[in-house]
Amino acid sequence: MEIDYAKAGLKVGLEIHQQLNTQEKLFCRCPPELFKEEPEITFLRRLRPTQSELGQVDPAAFFEFQKGIKVMYEANSATSCLVEMDEEPPHPLNMEAVEVVLTAALMMNMQPIDEVHVMRKTVIDGSNTTGFQRTCIIASNGWIKVGAKVIPMQAASLEEDAARKTGIEDDGKTIRYRIDRLGIPLIEVATAPVIYSPMEAQEVAFAIGRILRDTGKAMRGLGTIRQDLNVSLPHGALIEIKGVQELELISKVVEYEVQRQLGLIQVKEELQEKGVKTEELKEDFVDVSDVFKQTKCKVIRKALGKGQKVLAVKLQKFGGVLKREIMPGFRVGTELSDRAKFWGRVGGIFHTDEMPAYGVTAKEVEALRKATDAREEDAVVFVANTAENVQDALKAVVERAQEALDCVPAETRTAKDDGTTHYMRPRPGAARMYPETDIPPSEISRALVEKIRSNLPEPAEKKLKRLMNAYGLNDKLATQISDSEYGGLFEVIVKESGVAATIVAVFLTETVKSLRRDGVSVDEVTDAQIMEIFRGVGSGDLTKEAIADVFVWLSENDGKNLQDAVDALGLKMISKAELALLVDKVVAENKEAVCQMGQKAFGMLMGVVMKEVRGKADPSVVSALLRERLKQFWSYL
Amino acid sequence: MSQEANSGYKDEALSAITKAGCQVGDVIRVTSKEKTYEGILIPRSETADSAHIVLKLKSGYNVGVHITPEIKIEKIGRGTKPSFASPPLPEQKPGLPKAVILSTGGTIASRVDYRTGAVRSALSASDLYGVVPELSDIARVETEIVFSIYSENLTQKHWTQLAQTVAEHIKKGSEGVVIAHGTDTMAYTAAALSFALQSLPVPVILVGAQRSSDRPSSDAATNLIAAVQAATRGPFAEVGLAMHETLSDTVIAVCRGTKVRKCHTSRRDTFKPVNATPLARVENNEVTMLTDDYQKRDAAKNLVLKPEFSEAVALVKFHPGLDPTVIDWHVERGCKGILLEGSGLGHVSKFCFDSISNAVTNGVVVALASQCIWGRVNMNVYDTGRDLLVRGVIPLEDMFPETALVKLMWVLGQTSDPEKAKKLLKTNVAGEFSPRTLPQELGAKGDELNGN
Repeated sequence: MEIDYAKAGLKVGLEIHQQLNTQEKLFCRCPPELFKEEPEITFLRRLRPTQSELGQVDPAAFFEFQKGIKVMYEANSATSCLVEMDEEPPHPLNMEAVEVVLTAALMMNMQPIDEVHVMRKTVIDGSNTTGFQRTCIIASNGWIKVGAKVIPMQAASLEEDAARKTGIEDDGKTIRYRIDRLGIPLIEVATAPVIYSPMEAQEVAFAIGRILRDTGKAMRGLGTIRQDLNVSLPHGALIEIKGVQELELISKVVEYEVQRQLGLIQVKEELQEKGVKTEELKEDFVDVSDVFKQTKCKVIRKALGKGQKVLAVKLQKFGGVLKREIMPGFRVGTELSDRAKFWGRVGGIFHTDEMPAYGVTAKEVEALRKATDAREEDAVVFVANTAENVQDALKAVVERAQEALDCVPAETRTAKDDGTTHYMRPRPGAARMYPETDIPPSEISRALVEKIRSNLPEPAEKKLKRLMNAYGLNDKLATQISDSEYGGLFEVIVKESGVAATIVAVFLTETVKSLRRDGVSVDEVTDAQIMEIFRGVGSGDLTKEAIADVFVWLSENDGKNLQDAVDALGLKMISKAELALLVDKVVAENKEAVCQMGQKAFGMLMGVVMKEVRGKADPSVVSALLRERLKQFWSYL
Repeated sequence: MSQEANSGYKDEALSAITKAGCQVGDVIRVTSKEKTYEGILIPRSETADSAHIVLKLKSGYNVGVHITPEIKIEKIGRGTKPSFASPPLPEQKPGLPKAVILSTGGTIASRVDYRTGAVRSALSASDLYGVVPELSDIARVETEIVFSIYSENLTQKHWTQLAQTVAEHIKKGSEGVVIAHGTDTMAYTAAALSFALQSLPVPVILVGAQRSSDRPSSDAATNLIAAVQAATRGPFAEVGLAMHETLSDTVIAVCRGTKVRKCHTSRRDTFKPVNATPLARVENNEVTMLTDDYQKRDAAKNLVLKPEFSEAVALVKFHPGLDPTVIDWHVERGCKGILLEGSGLGHVSKFCFDSISNAVTNGVVVALASQCIWGRVNMNVYDTGRDLLVRGVIPLEDMFPETALVKLMWVLGQTSDPEKAKKLLKTNVAGEFSPRTLPQELGAKGDELNGN
């Protein structure tokens, strides 16, 4: 279905978060690095919802707390200190990070703040050991040009990244977070909601990403940039979509979200036509465990085996609605299921719109309908789990069904790799922010601003021209390298290794891209390792044919260096003397062919020799040597 | 000027906002050549410069705006003051033990002012009860604010008053007393109450917090809940101090009031038993005793109140190059007791010997504890120690300096006779001496690196 987005009244605003590659974290002197090993230290905490200034407590937060949700934090001494553990007050704001944000802000024509005040933004899901995220606004009120359009930029902020979730314990109540990522500086850049199509959203995100990379301090790799989208439709709702990691996914996510909202608006109209009323959707839960005593459904059988229950609820006149697809592979039933998972800690729900299936028989469905007093026009939702979880899950299901009669519920959603979004949590109320009193305000002096202004990275068009002139790259390659995460590294490599610019550029753009597509973890290879590879090529220790092999090997072998790769792959260059012997041997072995073929034998012989020495000898050296020997050979004849 | 008194603004910032007719809380617009901000005028920290004013923007962020002669400030609206609705007090459940929470101030009794962000020690004990409703499942809690001050501002007079208040509540039938206290000097107060409240029928538990209670990660609630558990259900009847035992929110250790010390500037598990193990642990709402050596809870016991503390006591910490005239000066100003914080097994330089002899001759009680904190004083091993003993210095065994100082203050509050004072000083009154020192008692053990 082609959607006319302008007509639909789509409005999108972007918030781009990019990790900064500073020497130290934002509020302590730890390095901004992650660790893969087992944690050296773990500690268990509970976050307690605090009262707002009006004495109120956030309901979602209090719900989690009441359920006894605990957080197990993982740490090691290389990547975190007492500050990340909330065992020591924060150190003063990292001025290197402030300068990077100022650089990006000035490139986006923003006005720097005179005096920076660090704030605490309440976050109680465990991702911050303190229960809040430290954040500060550095500049505001700017613009960038994307194509012919001017996009107003609201603000550039600097905040600490959160801990990363590493799992949930079997009890479902203990969440594991690793605090290595906590405190890594993040720049957050927000646009006004003036983007009117999915493609435009992607283009604006791309333009912002390029500016951030031009600061030279953007971290590279998956998870280092995260895009949040605020998507709204006039008759739908403002939906906040968190954490889109791939730029190429943005247009799809927006597109699907529009489809979802339009689908839900249609569902609402249909339900109204059917005359469904909120009060008809009741929290009357029926214990239907008996219906499934002999069931072949594995999930239910396993639950009953553990002494758990199956509870069902009737959704009046919802028959057929739940199977309605509103995003690819995502039905209205999925909306209910997402809520049940979040509030009820269950794996999912079953509903009659998808029955019989999953081993549930038509007979069981019939018994289920009878037990819940449901007719054909009604839907029945049922869940198997502990009594407490099932209650919470079905309550959430009924609540979501009721909301379907109103509108699209405003909520925070999270994007999946296929571009669909799923319920994450209710939208937080007006962001509760209060000052971080442990950090004194810091002044941004005019002198500092002017110093940064006079040292801004060159603008994109100018850079493109320079790349073409200075390195002899064609338009396409220059554009690719300037858009790439490796743009800065490219120039350093060419200058330091002496390898031809085109070879470096092609590798860093096309080759890396295709390796990534093939599933190589390209982000595992550090800038220093890439530099080492090209230095090897420059000094003749490595052939350019071996670059990709070495790169792939390094991506798979953590903590190894070029020499290790060369040894492991058997890429040690053979000496000129060895090469000469080999060439002589090949010529001798093919004496007859050489005599018969004359000059044409060269290509064949070259193939034979290269087969032996690929990656261990430079083809140009081989060809020179072979030519010389052939010349000698013929001169003897 | 009232604005100056509570806004933190001074000099040019103050005159600029006053000239514009603006007050803290007003919605204002500030315009300069390049930029415009709109937001609520926020108070400023008194120690910050006078060149900026602070606005809370609509987004919730605060920004400081530099005040220059060209800048234009306009009032565009009046701010609304948020009214704080205290949560209702939970119902008292009959059948539960009666406990009292006394509040003295400090982080545990602090609340953030969301408008200014300042942490205020203004949370009443009943607020405390209101935000930790779980307490109503443990006890019928009564609350009283005794003081509202930072713990570094407490003096001997406050100890006296606090001891008297505790005694009143116990006499009225409280089955457990909890004292919310700033952590900086909480161990001193714990020692003071240990000496002042003798023959206790019920536990008296001091409790604090290292993270203010405005934070979701605050340790205040966990510590407080455990303290009320220990006070109302602990089988012991002593002064104890309840705080996190590790970095995790799982176990609260209760340490004896005379044997506990703040050992870290910021960690939750800052309080460590010194030359002792914890008295009890509270975990999963259960109180477990860790020793048999404690005074038993017994409602029939008659509390003996001895709340006087001398103010004529000084602590002299020995260090290389200490000028002995410091000791002379204390004697001249009328000190009746001097606690020497000696090095190692109990030493101070021979350059101090004359001053020490002079003090003792003048009737000053001179006692010694070791600045090593852990371990026992033994002044018979080296010449220096023996020389000090000969001069009349009293060695204080395995008491660490803070408890030793408080005891000296208390002893001299009980008697002015130096000989009686020396005898009382050497008497084990509240578990401050332990006859045996065990290897597991030194600081954090290696295997405690894990936070659990």
